[in-house]
Amino acid sequence: MNLHLELKNGTLTAALSGDIDHHAAGRLREEIDRTAEKVRPHTLRLDFSGVPFMDSSGVGLILGRVRLLSMWQGKVTVCGLSPQLRRMAELSGVGATAKLEDEERKKVEL
Amino acid sequence: MKNVVNRMDLQFPSLSVNEGFARGAVSSFLLGLDPLVNDLADLKTAVSEAVTNAVVHGYRDTVGTVYMSAKIFSDGSVSVKIRDKGCGIADVEKAMEPLFTTGGEERAGLGFAVMQTFCDRVKVVSAPGKGTAVTLYKRLSQKRDGE
Ligand SMILES: Nc1ncnc2c1ncn2[C@@H]1O[C@H](COP(=O)(O)OP(=O)(O)OP(=O)(O)O)[C@@H](O)[C@H]1O
Ligand SMILES: [Mg+2]
Repeated sequence: MNLHLELKNGTLTAALSGDIDHHAAGRLREEIDRTAEKVRPHTLRLDFSGVPFMDSSGVGLILGRVRLLSMWQGKVTVCGLSPQLRRMAELSGVGATAKLEDEERKKVEL
Repeated sequence: MKNVVNRMDLQFPSLSVNEGFARGAVSSFLLGLDPLVNDLADLKTAVSEAVTNAVVHGYRDTVGTVYMSAKIFSDGSVSVKIRDKGCGIADVEKAMEPLFTTGGEERAGLGFAVMQTFCDRVKVVSAPGKGTAVTLYKRLSQKRDGE
C-alpha cells in the first residue's frame, strides 16, 4: 500500500496504490488526515488509479474523508475507479448520489 | 446430488495483516477452475468482508483464531465458510441491514450487503458469546476459449 500526497492550487490529491482493505485503510486514513487537517484544502481528490482491489473499508475511507472535509466546507472528489471498484462505490450510495462526470476518467463528485 | 471435489481448510490469528492473505489463499485455491476474472473478484471481495468482520467485530478486543474452509462442488459451484469464536451477533437480521454498523465512524455498514450482492447466497449462523459462521455460496462461470 502506497500513498502519494500533492497539494496544488488548494486541491490536495491523494494517489493511492495497492489493495485497500481494513488493514491498509487505517494507515491511509492517518496519513491523509494529518496533511488535510494541516492544509485544509478546498478539495481532496482521491485517485484510485493504482488500486486493484478494495472492499467496504475503502468506502469507509471515502465517507470518513467527506465527513472530515465538510468541517471546513471542503469537498471530496474520487477518480480512477476500475469497473470492479465502481460497483463497490455504487452499491454504497457513494456513487448513486454522485455524478459520473466522465466515463473515461471515471470521476465521481461527492 | 452434488459432491465435494476439492476442499481447503485454513486457520490463522485475527490479525488485520491476514485479511489479504485470506482472500489471496481463496483466490489461489480456485484458480484451477479457470473462473471468470469478475466472478473471482466478487468472491474475493466477499471473503475480505467476512474475514474483516471476524477481525474487527468478532474479536473486537482480543486476538482469536479465524477458521476458513473452501469447497469446490461437482457442479462447479463453490462455498467459503469463515468462522470465529468471538462475541457473536445478538440480532443477525438487523446486523445484515445495509448501513447498520456498531463499528463507528470509519465503517460503512456495508459488509453484509456486499457479501449478498457479490455472492449467490450467504448463510449466517451466530450466537452471542459463542461466535459467528458466515458461508458464502457462488457459482463461478468458467472462462471460455479466447476470453
Ligand atoms: N463476525 C462478527 N462477529 C460479531 N459481530 C459481527 C460480525 N460480523 C458482523 N457483525 C456485526 O454486524 C454489523 C454489520 O456488519 P457489516 O459487515 O455489514 O458492516 P460493518 O462491518 O459494521 O461495516 P463495513 O463492513 O462496511 O466496514 C457489524 O457492525 C457488527 O455489529
Ligand atoms: Mg464489515
